[in-house]
Amino acid sequence: MASLWQPRTGGLLALAGVVAGLPLILPNAFYYDVAILVGINATVCVGLNLLIGYAGQISLGHAGFFALGAYASAVLTGDHGWPPLAALAAGAVGVGVLSFVLAQPILKLKGHYLAMGTLGLGIIISIVLNQEAGLTGGPDGMPVPSLRALGHTVAGEHAWYALVGLVLIVSVWLTLNLIDSPVGRALQAVHGSESAAALAGVDVIRYKVLVFVVSAVLASLAGSLFAHYAGFITPAEASFARSIELVTMVVLGGMASTFGAVVGAAVLTILPQALTAFQDFKMLVFGAVLMGTMIFLRKGLVPTLAGLIRNWMRSGRA
Amino acid sequence: MTLLRVEHLSKSFGPSSAIEDLSFAISSGTIHSIIGPNGAGKTTLFNLISGLYRPTSGTIWFDDADITALPPHRRARCGLSRTFQNLQIFLNLSALDNVMVGYHLACDGRFLPSLLRLPSVVRRDRDYRERAVALMRFVGLEAFVDAGADAMPYGALKRLELARALAVQPKMLLLDEPAAGLNPKETAELDFLIQQIAAQGITVVLVEHDMRLVWSVSNHILVLDHGRKLTEGTGWEIRHNEDVVAAYLGEGGRHR
Repeated sequence: MASLWQPRTGGLLALAGVVAGLPLILPNAFYYDVAILVGINATVCVGLNLLIGYAGQISLGHAGFFALGAYASAVLTGDHGWPPLAALAAGAVGVGVLSFVLAQPILKLKGHYLAMGTLGLGIIISIVLNQEAGLTGGPDGMPVPSLRALGHTVAGEHAWYALVGLVLIVSVWLTLNLIDSPVGRALQAVHGSESAAALAGVDVIRYKVLVFVVSAVLASLAGSLFAHYAGFITPAEASFARSIELVTMVVLGGMASTFGAVVGAAVLTILPQALTAFQDFKMLVFGAVLMGTMIFLRKGLVPTLAGLIRNWMRSGRA
Repeated sequence: MTLLRVEHLSKSFGPSSAIEDLSFAISSGTIHSIIGPNGAGKTTLFNLISGLYRPTSGTIWFDDADITALPPHRRARCGLSRTFQNLQIFLNLSALDNVMVGYHLACDGRFLPSLLRLPSVVRRDRDYRERAVALMRFVGLEAFVDAGADAMPYGALKRLELARALAVQPKMLLLDEPAAGLNPKETAELDFLIQQIAAQGITVVLVEHDMRLVWSVSNHILVLDHGRKLTEGTGWEIRHNEDVVAAYLGEGGRHR
């Protein structure tokens, strides 16, 4: 089965190794909490990277889909007593349908206009979550019951860590499958040249819509998990700032690099925690790190480092 | 047999018309050239035939079907393929994957089988990867099989476009200025390549400024001027048409 071993298999094994090995060095619940948030953000970013990095589209509204998933779980399990998995699935289907319907007009836009379109979408979702206080609790937010499935309740940092880690690994695996397939090539072709892709038989609109829906559904799933994990959610999850944060994670880690998206999510989730020592200067240092990365590592962390290692190995051989 | 028939085709951009009431037919199995001075509407015509532009009026028939309203990807399915004057390479992909995109219609582009990487998808991908390598060898790109498209020189990228266009397995191949930017040796190789492609039964339509290439390969030439048909005929007829010689090739054109 030579086809099982691909260059990507190494990366996937490395990711699984990190996820499995990390508990050995995580000292307490606080670190687990950060790791779990990294996993949730990384899952969103892996999907968002398909849209931004591979297909070359932009979304400044993905926090909206994340929040819709979170609120679907919160409302359906809390107020209506649905089983959490059914609520999670309903949220994903709902976001899938919504993103599918909205993708048709939105993805006809290009560049700045697409950015504005998705930005507006995110803001509308945020406003609805804030205003529909009867349903969502408004700006005060709402509590979410814990995640119960198959007679078990996911409780405690170890169980959550294992669940989120598993979800991330499966997401990365499926994403790598997709990229290394006719669908993935078509997405990248749309990025490279829409005209040439169309004339090679690629239905450009269909693939743009597809990747938009896939990334939105993945964000919704991650949102549902987050809601159950956090136990309390507010409309801040749908905020514009949160959308920008997600895009920054993708860009920082490296566009069109799935592991880059994971690394970007990890860095931008951990950095604010690590910078608490700087207190008032926290945002200043945070901004400096971002600017430094964008100026000196323009392709993003993972592609740049991978390129450096490749060059280093080549020169070592010569 | 007529493969492509254009009837009363017009395309205007605002008040100015790029193609005006143009009618012509192209029969299958030959090499055709479309010539004319800059601004004659040659590339516009290619964009209309390949579906990147919608005509203002008129009809395009391909292989006995009315394709006027079809989007580009459906025309590819009908057997139309093209290259671009300004290269449209997927620079974010490897050279081989550029050709693989050309095989998109032949591969399994469904979402779930790709997501789960079903063995059928993998097998078909592998088969077509071999064919893509063979195509790259055919156009003389064997040295670039493992290269990234963004690391290839201009001449190689032009061949890569050709390989990708051939991967669509077209009945008709539109080549928009394939010799532009090539040196005489490369142009001679291109000449040979075009003849080989035509010999496989693919109808080739060229838009070209390199008249030596046009005279050498064309069985039939269509001359455009200001979006209208000036004349059409064999190379010999065009060369000896006083209007064409005077207006487009210059007084010395006849002696070339």
